[in-house]
Amino acid sequence: MTKVIIDGNEIDVPPEYTLLQACEAAGAEIPRFCFHERLSIAGNCRMCLIEVKGGPPKPVASCAQNVRDLRPGPNGEPPVMFTRTPMVKKAREGVMEFLLINHPLDCPICDQGGECDLQDQAMAYGVDKSRFQENKRAVEDKYLGALVKTSMNRCIQCTRCVRFATEVAGVPELGATGRGEDMEITTYLEQAMTSELQGNVVDLCPVGALTSKPYAFAARPWELGKTESVDVMDAVGSSIRIDTRGREVMRILPRLNEDVNEEWISDKTRHVVDGLRTQRLDQPYIRENGRLRPASWHEAFAAIAAKVKASSATRIGAIAGELSAAEDMYALKDLLAQLGSKNLDFRQDGQALDPAWGRASYLFNATIAGIEKADALLIVGADPRREAAVLNARIRKRWRAGNFPIGLIGERADLNYAHQYLGAGPDTLADLADGKHEFAELLKKAERPMLLLGAGSTARRDGAAIASLAAKAALSLGVVKDGWNGFSMLHNAASAVGALDLGFVPGQGGLKAAEMAIYGTLDVLFLLGADEIDVASGAFVVYIGTHGDRGAHRADVILPGAAYPEKSGIYVNTEGRVQMAGRASFPPGDAREDWAIIRALSDALGRRLPYDSLPQLRQAMFKAHPHLLRIDQITPGDAADVSRLASLGGQPDKAPFRAALEDFYLTNPIARASAVMADCSVLAEGHAALTAAE
Amino acid sequence: MAVRRLAEIQPADFAFTAENLTWANAQIAKYPAGRQASAVIPLLWRAQKQAGGWLPRKAIEHVAEILSMANIRVLEVATFYTMFNLAPVGRHHVQVCGTTPCMLRGAGEIIDHCHERIGEQFHVTADGNFSWVEVECLGACVNAPMAQINDDFYEDLTRENFTQLLDNLAAGKPVKVGPQIDRQFSAPVGGETTLTDGQASSANRQS
Repeated sequence: MTKVIIDGNEIDVPPEYTLLQACEAAGAEIPRFCFHERLSIAGNCRMCLIEVKGGPPKPVASCAQNVRDLRPGPNGEPPVMFTRTPMVKKAREGVMEFLLINHPLDCPICDQGGECDLQDQAMAYGVDKSRFQENKRAVEDKYLGALVKTSMNRCIQCTRCVRFATEVAGVPELGATGRGEDMEITTYLEQAMTSELQGNVVDLCPVGALTSKPYAFAARPWELGKTESVDVMDAVGSSIRIDTRGREVMRILPRLNEDVNEEWISDKTRHVVDGLRTQRLDQPYIRENGRLRPASWHEAFAAIAAKVKASSATRIGAIAGELSAAEDMYALKDLLAQLGSKNLDFRQDGQALDPAWGRASYLFNATIAGIEKADALLIVGADPRREAAVLNARIRKRWRAGNFPIGLIGERADLNYAHQYLGAGPDTLADLADGKHEFAELLKKAERPMLLLGAGSTARRDGAAIASLAAKAALSLGVVKDGWNGFSMLHNAASAVGALDLGFVPGQGGLKAAEMAIYGTLDVLFLLGADEIDVASGAFVVYIGTHGDRGAHRADVILPGAAYPEKSGIYVNTEGRVQMAGRASFPPGDAREDWAIIRALSDALGRRLPYDSLPQLRQAMFKAHPHLLRIDQITPGDAADVSRLASLGGQPDKAPFRAALEDFYLTNPIARASAVMADCSVLAEGHAALTAAE
Repeated sequence: MAVRRLAEIQPADFAFTAENLTWANAQIAKYPAGRQASAVIPLLWRAQKQAGGWLPRKAIEHVAEILSMANIRVLEVATFYTMFNLAPVGRHHVQVCGTTPCMLRGAGEIIDHCHERIGEQFHVTADGNFSWVEVECLGACVNAPMAQINDDFYEDLTRENFTQLLDNLAAGKPVKVGPQIDRQFSAPVGGETTLTDGQASSANRQS
């Protein structure tokens, strides 16, 4: 720690702090445009000027100097800095005047208005009139893809976007061409950006140069209601803020959460918003003569009750979907138990994971923040860049810090960090487990190695054997040791860990999802937002969901549910972190929250569930699964589960691992209903075709 | 200075000749492994030479590929430095110095002549022989005014000798590089003005 005196207050700060950070620690507010905690330091906006005593006789850019580089006073006194002297104010005013010289006065028509760094800081350091007589600079707007709208006249060349794309997103596509007055931010020949994190450049831009294309001219920040919530587009569970106007969700922004998403979110998380408006189911439907007709809740429930009464308990089943909250699944499980059925499952993809193996067998035990502590990584059957874009940014962050060998087994993936491709299938994993591969040595030598197992790799016939083999490899490679459990399962679905925790899997003699979907096994099948499975004809399908997607097309009765911003629900992310999503809006039309539908349905079936409100339901759920009570925390799994999983054994197939996601942008019904996601998908496809051609 | 963009009409391909590739590899070898990007300016320069005085898009991409850099990183460099031409130039690309010493010594006349004979800046004459551009100081102020044509300096220009020079270049006749008047390098015009007796210099030589 180093002593420094800032504005007369002595304070102890770490020597690696920048002057800016030291000043912040001392409580002084330093204006800045180019400096960002998670990006490299550029030092080009000059807004953070301060005065350093004994330094050069001019203001110092506080973001670009370390505390350790300050000189002490003549008698060894601590270095002295000032942030509020007339010299500092004048210097900053000068910088601001230069920034405003070429900045258009279009705040009234600028989407950044009201949440603009330049606007805010101009209030403090701006001059009310211009001394600039010449023509303002004009810059052509650039095309950057479907998500980022540009208005380059407003750009102040802080290069945050360039640094973000290069450093965090790992796609060196943005750059600053030309120089001086002619400097322009652009992609190479204005190609669309290919990152799945590109939406974040909009948040980073301190002015209105990069704004959100889908959200253009949609709303002003001060007219939006803000609700803190959790994302369900993947199993990472990024912290988000849902902005609503009236009952309409206008946009989704990231929320700071160091343990999960830092301050990034993926494009799917951010721009799925328009999917919440289209294709919505807003009233119950009943299929008559092959066509769905609108119906009342009563009619719908009566139709279901008639079918349920006519069938035996063993011929009733339920499949939960990827976006289901824990409460919904708990209520549905309860209902099926009341009906006497053991046919319930959430593993639409044929996933082999089983809660009976223990919690550590299916959690991302290393934790997302723990990736930064790891010192070697083996990726098995996963493409983290697409399956969990934000988590992938964490892997990249760790890789950039150096000394982080990464091996990949499975389909070749376009990962944005250097990695060693080891092989395609379980054979290679078995070789590694036996220590027959040079990469095994690297893992063994590492202090905290990680094994990242993709959910796609165990979603196959021999999934159990593969999970067991991976656990065996984890044990033999030292991935699980005292104080460190690097055996990490990467799920794709937001509901997966919650469902496993709740035991939403077939009971003794119950049918699995794939068995329920085939012809003739069931009479009545409840789909709780399950759209990723093809149900054969025969069974009477009750679809509880939000969108007119695959599940609704197959349904005989549709019960309209609430999408994730429209209900409060508990989701457990891939680490096992229990998080509660907030309710930002209301379901459309006659749609209701899913748990309430199930509760009402239970009444109609004469098996009333013992809770009348969400708190009562939660109470019952917490009683059965106490760890769900610990919101925002992880209840770690027992490392012994991994050894148990390893001893399960089994003979894996030779078939290579396949990618879990076909299309990053179209993984769930909400995304499939979104025009923006469709645009992104087309762009990504075009890019893939281009790179394949090269 | 103005916004610089890649030329509209671009050749379909660019690749270093075997000789240039060997040279490029020698440049890359000057830097530590993993720092090959440091060689971007020499390589771009060589590419510009090979392509006839300008950088086609494919050349930028070729250099990026050789150096394992992102295309945009190379484009940043190519657009930053004005000595990289992004559009075709004449066989003889004339860079006339217009900075103060040359201006005071009559660069205006040279520039006027360029306007008359060649046209606008960066315009290539119909025969493909000439293009010209006004540049900042090239560091030959002693012999002002001056111009750089391709790789060589031509100094002490007047309207007459500059016209003659361009004529000779157009005709493919040999030309004299350096001062266009009777002086050696930047020695005084009309012979030495100090130490003219020869003794001091010979004494110097002896000691």
